[in-house]
Amino acid sequence: MIILDVKNLKVYFSRGKKLIKAVDGVSFSIKQGETLGLAGESGSGKTVTALSLTKLISEAKFLGGEVVFKQKDILALASSQLQKIRGKEIAYIFQNPASSLNPVFRIGSQMVEIIMMHQNKSKKEAKSCALKMLQRVGIPDVQKNFESYPHQLSGGMNQRVMIAMALSCQPSLLIADEPTTNLDLTTQAQILELLQKIKHEQNLSLLFITHNLEILKRLVDRLAIMYAAQIVEFGENLFEHPLHPYTQALLSAQPGFEGRSQILKGEVPSPFDFPAGCRFHPRCPFKKAICEQEEPLMQEREKGHFVACHVAENVVK
Amino acid sequence: MGFGHWDLFRVIRNSTMLLYFFKRLFNLVPLLLGITIISFAVIHLAPGRPAYLKEMDPRISLEAQERLMKLYDLDKPLLKQYLNWLKRVVRLDFGNSFVDGRKVIVRLRERLPITLLINILAMGLIIGIALPVGIISALKPGGLFDKWTTFFVFLGFSLPAFWLALLLMLLLGIKLNWLPISGLRSFDHHQLSFWGRNLDLLKHLILPVSVAAFGGLAGFSRYVRGNMIGVLKQDYIRAAYAQGIDKKRVVYKYALKNALLPLITILGLSIPGLIGGSIIFESIFAIPGMGRLLYNSTMARDYPVIMGGLVIGAVLTLLGNLLADLCYAWADPRIRYE
Repeated sequence: MIILDVKNLKVYFSRGKKLIKAVDGVSFSIKQGETLGLAGESGSGKTVTALSLTKLISEAKFLGGEVVFKQKDILALASSQLQKIRGKEIAYIFQNPASSLNPVFRIGSQMVEIIMMHQNKSKKEAKSCALKMLQRVGIPDVQKNFESYPHQLSGGMNQRVMIAMALSCQPSLLIADEPTTNLDLTTQAQILELLQKIKHEQNLSLLFITHNLEILKRLVDRLAIMYAAQIVEFGENLFEHPLHPYTQALLSAQPGFEGRSQILKGEVPSPFDFPAGCRFHPRCPFKKAICEQEEPLMQEREKGHFVACHVAENVVK
Repeated sequence: MGFGHWDLFRVIRNSTMLLYFFKRLFNLVPLLLGITIISFAVIHLAPGRPAYLKEMDPRISLEAQERLMKLYDLDKPLLKQYLNWLKRVVRLDFGNSFVDGRKVIVRLRERLPITLLINILAMGLIIGIALPVGIISALKPGGLFDKWTTFFVFLGFSLPAFWLALLLMLLLGIKLNWLPISGLRSFDHHQLSFWGRNLDLLKHLILPVSVAAFGGLAGFSRYVRGNMIGVLKQDYIRAAYAQGIDKKRVVYKYALKNALLPLITILGLSIPGLIGGSIIFESIFAIPGMGRLLYNSTMARDYPVIMGGLVIGAVLTLLGNLLADLCYAWADPRIRYE
């Protein structure tokens, strides 16, 4: 069952007279209980995509397309209805756990507030719920840490608190935007393990955003690769059988890749001014004349495996 | 839950706070001493002497002048004069005024409440107006409201208070005859009822308080706006929205508390400016407060009164800053005492 269906999402910002196309026609879907990975270089539009799924981008000049969550188009909802979805049905965890918690309120009171708001619980019930959640995510000495301020905890502990907050209202979708990027490796592994465990316990769908493909390989059921504000490849067996030259280059750049790694020349194009045709063509080792003129469309090349590339067939061996 | 070790931790934290407070208080003593030395030197170095009456009245003989100098110790070296003054001040004796011979402490005591009242009212007015103005501008930087308030704020910054005071007196006091333009009481004050007397005082206070608040309003609303804009960009604000908290609560609870923290320090720092401002508006509005007393005493080179006023001003400033630091530490859990 598909829980979230994103169709042709477009998010544009304006800087002066220029238009920045941060997300430009992105489509993907997430099934119940599935983990979808969203990967791409910095600036490719991953975070903006994640935030606009619940209209958290207030400064966008243009927000188009459809985000269908449980038969409702989120982009068409009023803010009062959005507030009932945010945090309750779709929850987020972010890259910087320490700065994502309010520094001047105690962790416990921040949790209690959200639980009371979304679940109509009394303060006492909310507190016992919060304590239970903190225990579940592995916070030691919950009574004491309930009264702590964020600065008194480590980054890993703060991320656990964020996870406890996100899951305290039993959401059906968790969006994790680079949740382990700023943590050290052992903490990173612990947090990933925790996410996996809780995901299975709650039959949660997870959208996991990172540029770290190694993490995604262990974690995800399906993967979407973003390049220059668009998804260029999407499907199940991307790791085993990448079709897009960009995906191939990304995978071959990972440590532990066996074979000759391809180093991409050039940089991610500026969102002010994307190249015509395929946005990847200036860096593509396989480009043909058509790539410079025509934008490639997303096509299903294998079952459940979509690619937007003119040369993909040639690449398949 | 009883007396868990968390409670114990809090008690220890509070006692370190107390220790910190006394340490800071103790550190104020040399600072205050330095302030008095500089003030004493500057005032005595300023041209003009209290006993040089001959310049004003040629009939006074030189002998009489010298007798006065001797009477007030003015013929002694400056250091000796300072030490004598300090010896008395330690016992809270600020001496007697050269002008009317009354005790300095008495003169200051009858003037201080009026100045404090006006400044506290002005501070309240500043906070009451600048806070909402700053917040609303910060919600839509570059919007219509923000543009207009920015315009008025810079107008306020650039208008000198004394000039504005005179114009307001002219318009509201003389042309429209709505408000009294000077003093604190009408001539028939003693004949009025209790409420009538308070209303009379209130009417007299409107202009001075508005003028005293005007300059501060500009700066303070800019600080609120700037802090708020900065805070609203923070990760935890985005996270609060992502948790489904409504905008009002995010702005007025989650963002505001963070934005207000630096303002505590600014409020503490604004005390000397208020004392300085009092000198100007009390003179213009003929209000019998500390500011006018200091001004008149300076003109008359009434050293004991000037020094008394300066010491009180310095103490208020130092205590204000200490209080601001303590409030800041109390309001922001991240501040630790060393």
